[in-house]
Amino acid sequence: MDSALASDTPYVRDSVRTAVKVLIVGHFAVGKTTYVGTLSEIRPLRTEERMTQAGASVDDLAGIRDKTTTTVAMDFGRLTLSDDLVLYLFGAPGQQRFTRLWDDLARGALGALILVDTARLKESFAVMDIVEKQGLPYAVAVNHFDGSPRFPDEEVREALDLAATTPLITCDARDRRSSTEALISLVDHLLTLDAETP
Amino acid sequence: MSPRRNERSLVRPHVVTGGRAHPTRNVFDLVTLVIAAGDLPRAGLSPEKLRIVELCRGGALSVAEIAGHLGLPVGVAKVLLSDLVDSGHLTTRATAPAAQQSKVRLLQEVLDGLRARL
Repeated sequence: MDSALASDTPYVRDSVRTAVKVLIVGHFAVGKTTYVGTLSEIRPLRTEERMTQAGASVDDLAGIRDKTTTTVAMDFGRLTLSDDLVLYLFGAPGQQRFTRLWDDLARGALGALILVDTARLKESFAVMDIVEKQGLPYAVAVNHFDGSPRFPDEEVREALDLAATTPLITCDARDRRSSTEALISLVDHLLTLDAETP
Repeated sequence: MSPRRNERSLVRPHVVTGGRAHPTRNVFDLVTLVIAAGDLPRAGLSPEKLRIVELCRGGALSVAEIAGHLGLPVGVAKVLLSDLVDSGHLTTRATAPAAQQSKVRLLQEVLDGLRARL
């Protein structure tokens, strides 16, 4: 495989000078990998840091649909947004134990899109803690699963204790348009924040 | 649940980097764009460094992409990339956008690019 690597590697356009990143964050099996795969123009890649930490807590397997592997590292993809600009989307692990990985991910990131599942809202608390600790601005997107309960926005907001200004969107991580719209809500929010704090 | 074993790399990362855990320069972000610089002699480069130089000859890629394509942990890739920039085999493309251009303009460009995809 390696010998053919250069020929089928989708390189970044020559004219691109700026690369930015947004983190796609969420608990185990919330749809991060799907989301990144839906939007990426390259086949999503995965990098793995070797975790030497022994006895790390095992992910909660309760209520998991069709998920047999754990995303312990990062899946990421790329979108070319203009001749000059590419955006990378990093699916970031929702486990606090990957502190070093998180510092690396958060450095220079524009912001985070937090994916949540209404059937397992509580599991998003830890994820939101990490994002807030890293000081990253964020928006929340309910990834709608078939069979997950639908709640009014106000109830989700209350359950997650969201600030009134934090965008809350519903999306389908398998659908390109709705996933793009979720990202647009986040960037719109980032622009608003930036305008408020010159 | 342990990380999926990396089948492509047969050498332990520690060996690959000569026992070093940190790069010689701390300029690499996950999305720093890297490209091969000129045609320097490759004699003396380790197999892993050769693979990186070979990959980067085709065009620019981010640090994360290089790590992903070659099956290297990001930390290891950074050490090797840093060495290769020091030796002149690779160069980085201007990134660190926030410092140079206005953040608002950058966000607006991201927003416009996303909207154009709808």
